[in-house]
Amino acid sequence: MKLAKTFRLLNCLLLAGGLLAATSYAQTAQEKGLEIAKERKARDLGWGDSTAEITMILRNAQGQESERKMRTKTLEIDNDGDKGLTIFDQPRDVNGTAFLNFSHATVPDDQWLYLPALKRVKRISSRNKSGPFMGSEFSFEDMSSFELEKYEFTYLRDETMNNMDMFVLEQKPVDKYSGYTKQVVWIDKEHYRPHKIEFYDRKNSLLKTLAISEYKLYLDKFWRPLRAEMYNEQNGKSTELITHNFEFRTGLKDTDFNKNTLKRAR
Amino acid sequence: MKKALLALLPLSFYVSAEIEISGSAGVEQRYFLQDPLDERQDRSQISAFLQPEIYTDFNDGLDSILFSPFVRVDQHDDERTHADIRELLWLRVGDDWELRTGITKVFWGQTESVHLVDVINQTDSVEAIDGEDKLGQPMVNLSIIRDWGTTSFFLLPYFRERTFPGMDGRLRPGLTIDIDNPVYESSDEENNVDWAVRWQHSIGDWEVGLSYFDGTSREPDLVPVTQDEQTLLRPFYPQMRQTGVDILAVVDSWLFKFEGIHREVNGDDFVAAVGGFEYTLVGVMDSIYDIGWLMEYQYDERDELSPTPAQNDLMVGSRIVFNDVDGTEILIGYVQDLDEADSRSGFIEASSRISDNWKWRFDAWFFSGAEDQPFDPLYQIRRDDFAELTLEYYF
Repeated sequence: MKLAKTFRLLNCLLLAGGLLAATSYAQTAQEKGLEIAKERKARDLGWGDSTAEITMILRNAQGQESERKMRTKTLEIDNDGDKGLTIFDQPRDVNGTAFLNFSHATVPDDQWLYLPALKRVKRISSRNKSGPFMGSEFSFEDMSSFELEKYEFTYLRDETMNNMDMFVLEQKPVDKYSGYTKQVVWIDKEHYRPHKIEFYDRKNSLLKTLAISEYKLYLDKFWRPLRAEMYNEQNGKSTELITHNFEFRTGLKDTDFNKNTLKRAR
Repeated sequence: MKKALLALLPLSFYVSAEIEISGSAGVEQRYFLQDPLDERQDRSQISAFLQPEIYTDFNDGLDSILFSPFVRVDQHDDERTHADIRELLWLRVGDDWELRTGITKVFWGQTESVHLVDVINQTDSVEAIDGEDKLGQPMVNLSIIRDWGTTSFFLLPYFRERTFPGMDGRLRPGLTIDIDNPVYESSDEENNVDWAVRWQHSIGDWEVGLSYFDGTSREPDLVPVTQDEQTLLRPFYPQMRQTGVDILAVVDSWLFKFEGIHREVNGDDFVAAVGGFEYTLVGVMDSIYDIGWLMEYQYDERDELSPTPAQNDLMVGSRIVFNDVDGTEILIGYVQDLDEADSRSGFIEASSRISDNWKWRFDAWFFSGAEDQPFDPLYQIRRDDFAELTLEYYF
C-alpha cells in the first residue's frame, strides 16, 4: 500500500514536471510571432539616416494613371520611431509643400505640414491615420515606420512564395484608431524581409494587398525594396510606389528635422 | 520644373549654379450677384496673374537666393492692376541659426478666421477679401534655434502701404480712399524702422508662440477728410506696440487654437482675441472623405469702433477633403455678429486638379451689414456678393 502510494505520488510529480517542461519548451504561436517580428526589427537597426526619391503611380480601375513625385529624408531614432521629412514636387500645385513627421511607437506621431503659399507651418492631428496619403491607396498608417509596440503578433504557418521559404504572421494593430483589424505578413526566413501584406478593414474583410519587391542591399546589411504595389481589392484601384536613389548615412542630424528646416525644405 | 545651367565665372575659378524656375499663373473671372452701389463699378470683372519663382543655392546649400515677383492685370480696376516683389531673399543657414536678408513673407499664428498676431507683412487687400495675400516686406531676420524653441529677431527698415481697390473696383467703402496721400504718425513716415521679436516652440502636443512688435501699424485708420468739397477716407498709419500670444493644442482628433493680442496705439490700448477648435472626422461613413468642423469666437475690445468686423462674432465652418486623385477640397464658412443679427458673411472655397499642371478654384462670398451700423465694413460691401472662378497653371 505504502509503496503504491509512493508510486502514485512519483507519477504525479513526473506528470507535473513533464507539463512544465512542455510549456517552457514548446512556444505558443504568439511567442513565435513576436520572436520573428523582433528579429525583423533587429536586422534593421543601425542604418542611421537615409534619403530617397519616390514616384507614386496612382491607377484607377479603368487604368488611368496619375503621378506623384516626392523626396524623403529619414533619421533613425534610438528607442523611438523615425523622424521623416517629405518634400512634394509633383503634382505642381503642391510643389514645395513639405511634411514633417516624428513617429512614435505607442503614442500618436507628431506631424507638421508646411504650406508654401501662406508660408505657414500647420500642426496637424495624427490621431486618425487611416486616411489616404496624397489620394493614393496608401494610408498615412501604411507610410509610418515599423515598430514592435504597434502590434500583437501571431505566427500562422510556413509557406513557400516566390521560391522563398516564408513565415506567415498575423499582426493586429494595438491602436483602436487604426484602419485595420489585422494584417497578414509574409516574411522570408533568410533575411526577415516582408514580401506581401494583406490588410483587413474594420469589418474584417480583405481591403488591400501590398506586394513588395526588388529588394536591394545597402551598407552590406540593410535590405530596402525599390518597388511596392498596393492593390485595393474592393475598388480595383492601385498605387505603385517606386523608390530611386536611396542613399544612406548622408550626415543628416536631429537638427535637420524641425519646423525651421521644414519651412526651407527644397 | 525647368532647370537651366547658369555658368558663373568669377575671377579665378569656375562655378556652375543650378537655377530652378517654378511658379503659377492664372485667369480669374469674378461675377457680382447684385447691381453695384456706384455706377462706376461693374458686375463682371476678369483678371490675370503671374507669379514666377526663381531659386538658386550655393555653398552646399547653406546660402540660397529666391526671387519671386508678382503681377496682376485687372479689366476695370487700375489699383488691382499691380505688381509686387513678394520675395527677393538671401537666406544663410548655420547649424542652429538662420539669417534672412531681403524681401519676404512671414506668417505668425494658429487660428483660421482672423490672424491677430500676424503683423509683419502688409495685407495686399486688392488680391482677396480674406486678407491672406500679403505684400513682400523688407527685413533682416535672425532666427536662433535651440532646444527650448526658436527665437526670431526682425528689423524692418521700410513700411508697405496697404493696397485698396480703386473707384472702378468693388469690395470697397462708398467713400473714395485717398490712397496717394497716406498720413503717418512717425515723422520718418514709411522709413520708420520697425522691430519685432518672436519665440515659438513645440512642447509635446502644444504649439506656443509669444511675440512683440514695435513700429508702424499695418492696419490703417481710415480718417474722413474734406477736400475740394468731397469727403475722402485718408489712411492714417499710427505707431503701435503689440504683444501677442498664440497657442495650439492637439487632443486626439481635436485641434484647439487661440490667439490674443494687447495693442497700444493712438494713446490708448485694447485687447483682442480669437479662439476655437477644429475637429476632423477621417473616413466619414466608411468613405474616404474627411470632414472637419471649425468654430472660432472673435473678440475685439474696440467694439463698434473696430476697423474689422470681427469684434464679437462667431465663425462656424466645415472643411471637406475628398482624398481623391485630384485633391478636391471644399471649405464652407459662416460668420455671424452676435450683437447685430444683420451683420454676417459667408464663403465657399473649393478647388480641384484638372491635370498635373492645371487646377480650378471656385470662391464665393456673401456679405450682409446692419443699416444702423453704416461704418461696419460689412455694410459698406453689402451689395458686393460675388462668385469667382479661377483657372490656374503651375509650372
